[in-house]
Amino acid sequence: METGIICHRPQNYPLYIRSVPTENELKFHYTVHTSLDVVDEKISAMGKAMVDQRELYLGLLYPTEDYKVYGYVTNSKVKFVMVVDSSNTALRDNEIRSMFRKLHNSYTDIMCNPFYNPGDRIHSRAFDNMVNSMMMQVC
Amino acid sequence: MEQGPAGGPAAAVAAAGVLVPLSESEQQRYSELFSRCCPPPEAAAGGSSVGELFRASQLPPDTLHQITEVCGAKRVGYFGPAQFYIALKLIAAAQSGFPVRIESIKNELPLPRFMALKNDSEVRYGTPAELHGVKFQTPHATLEKNSYKRTDEGDKQEPKSPPMSPICSPPASPSTYQRIPLTYGYGKSRSGLEQQHGAPYEVRHPTHQQDGSSSGNYGAKPALACSTLSRSLSVEREQPDSSAHYSDDPWRITEEQRDYYVNQFKSLQPDLNSFISGSVAKNFFTKSKLPIPELSHIWELSDVDCDGALTLPEFCAAFHLVVARKNGYQLPETLPETLLPDYLQAASLKPLRECALFDSYSEPLPGSQPTRDFSRMEKTSAEEVSDNSALIKDMSKDDKQAPKGSSAVKAIPKEFQHLTVKTAAQEPHALKARPRSRSYSSTSIEDAMKKGEEPPTPPPRPQKSHSRASSLDLNKIFQQNTQAVRSGWLPPPPPALPPRPSVSQTEQVSEVELHAQMNRPPSQTEENSSAKKEVVLAQPPSKPARRKLRTEVQGLETPELSPTINVTSSLPAAKSHLPVQKQSSKQKRAIQTAIRKNKEANAVLARLNSELQQQLKEVHKERIALETQLEQLRPVTVL
Repeated sequence: METGIICHRPQNYPLYIRSVPTENELKFHYTVHTSLDVVDEKISAMGKAMVDQRELYLGLLYPTEDYKVYGYVTNSKVKFVMVVDSSNTALRDNEIRSMFRKLHNSYTDIMCNPFYNPGDRIHSRAFDNMVNSMMMQVC
Repeated sequence: MEQGPAGGPAAAVAAAGVLVPLSESEQQRYSELFSRCCPPPEAAAGGSSVGELFRASQLPPDTLHQITEVCGAKRVGYFGPAQFYIALKLIAAAQSGFPVRIESIKNELPLPRFMALKNDSEVRYGTPAELHGVKFQTPHATLEKNSYKRTDEGDKQEPKSPPMSPICSPPASPSTYQRIPLTYGYGKSRSGLEQQHGAPYEVRHPTHQQDGSSSGNYGAKPALACSTLSRSLSVEREQPDSSAHYSDDPWRITEEQRDYYVNQFKSLQPDLNSFISGSVAKNFFTKSKLPIPELSHIWELSDVDCDGALTLPEFCAAFHLVVARKNGYQLPETLPETLLPDYLQAASLKPLRECALFDSYSEPLPGSQPTRDFSRMEKTSAEEVSDNSALIKDMSKDDKQAPKGSSAVKAIPKEFQHLTVKTAAQEPHALKARPRSRSYSSTSIEDAMKKGEEPPTPPPRPQKSHSRASSLDLNKIFQQNTQAVRSGWLPPPPPALPPRPSVSQTEQVSEVELHAQMNRPPSQTEENSSAKKEVVLAQPPSKPARRKLRTEVQGLETPELSPTINVTSSLPAAKSHLPVQKQSSKQKRAIQTAIRKNKEANAVLARLNSELQQQLKEVHKERIALETQLEQLRPVTVL
């Protein structure tokens, strides 16, 4: 029902993927991958505009019949993509924004760790816990 | 006190008229131990072997005294089976942390733990769950044995031996976990360690020379040896620490460990109150040859404020975790309470003060004073962080203390600066919000203005500054305003700023405002950062140094803060007796000028507004004209 993913900019390979629940995972991965194109499009559209936190949140990338995809990009062009179930109408835009903000915060915490090389897969337990709690909260 | 049935183990032991039941395993174990202690089938166990056994339980001598008393051996004069069993149960109780009393042994207790003596290195007492604990205690026991014998050599050789896995206990055994955790080839530290630990060993030996009373022969850990030297205060503190350390808390940092960590910290970063940066720490901890994911996890646990740098308590916690991992402990999921920076900082006071008594700890002494000041000031400033006016007083107070203070006069303002940064950073909200605002803010002026607009109303800014002197830099305003108007929205008037002419005094106040803003509850950190920028930007000629720093917004706030704080501390020191009335009258005047300038700015903006409205009307007219033309030219509309 919900998937989060983080992708690194230059090669667009995922740094972190998490789905809850775990069935249909492949479908979610595929959705996220295809939505990267939409994210890229939005980024290039922003272009010369200066990066601002409000613009970091890309909003609803596109809705399909089953689910909605939200995007968020950081200053360093790391993309966060979140897929949520359309039936979950309780999720408002603000909540999605706050979830992305939390993700971003945790991501910067990981970056502060000198043992983490940017571009590595993320194995941080703190990050895992945060993502899990967030997803439990939603589902 | 009645004696239990002599000869054979008894299902129950009577003591003080109360039956104390023994479980199967306890019975077995106790009879084993009893037979060990008195090999020939005597009714009583030999005093020396019992003493050895009790020593091996690693309890402090007072406790062992108490136990012998309570179990009745003292009264009876020897250790009969009853006394022995009771004593064993009391030892188990004491090791679990219960007081030494008959009542406490009525409950089910774990079996008492005894250190494996050198002769019986393969025998392991205690439950299997204590295996980890035993691993640590084994080298300690062997060390004890060694030290008893080698009284003259001291233990200078001990620190030199490179530590292997703690399970192996050859004579060249690794130093105890408690004393010198592990040396990863950090050669510099060894000499320092030897100085420190040579002396305590010398100190301990005389106590063991006293014979006769069993108390002198009871084993003493170095912490306890120190305690026997000095007052009982430390004993009470050390007892729970040491017993807790050995029983079930490997996450407690002992004195030697702390000193070792502090020395290592000093070797990396001479200033005890500042940070170790991430890269430096990374190189350091990589030397420990732990795998990178584990080091990464240790960092996550210990860097509580997630700033990519380690303060002294954070460093101690990280080092302790590395040591624990090397010794075979699994890393916890969350940071244990005893490793929290607050706990470590509070704990660092007491032991350093007591260590001042010992000659052997002469090294940390100079370090302890600034540390004490640090924590004292931390406490005072932590309380006053929320109150700005009190903060101003605190600054002047601290600076007055500085000339009076004993050492480190220059260090105090710097400490204070670090304090304020760290105490602000340690607030739970600031943990998240502060770095966030830092990372999200960008360098452009427009964004600063935008951020200034977001909070409810701009006017609160002059209030924040407590109605002090303010003025506006008109040029800057016009520039910003025109830019803002072009981008489509009107910015609020920039915050109140001190007038240029009266630079000297208002400098101080503006610094104070900056400082106050730095320490404000982080719900307004975004506002603050923007306000700061605007304050600085509007004062380019008077504050070139600050401006230079401000332009690199992405930098940490610490370097930004330091020159401002230094200026601040020097200014109040220079003007320590500024009369308040002069300030208020100057402020009034400044406010009036500010009001006037605001009005002028308003007028300018209104004019601009009207001009734009005019243009808009004209454009509308043109549009209407064009539309009518289009209508005329278009052929008849299709239905």
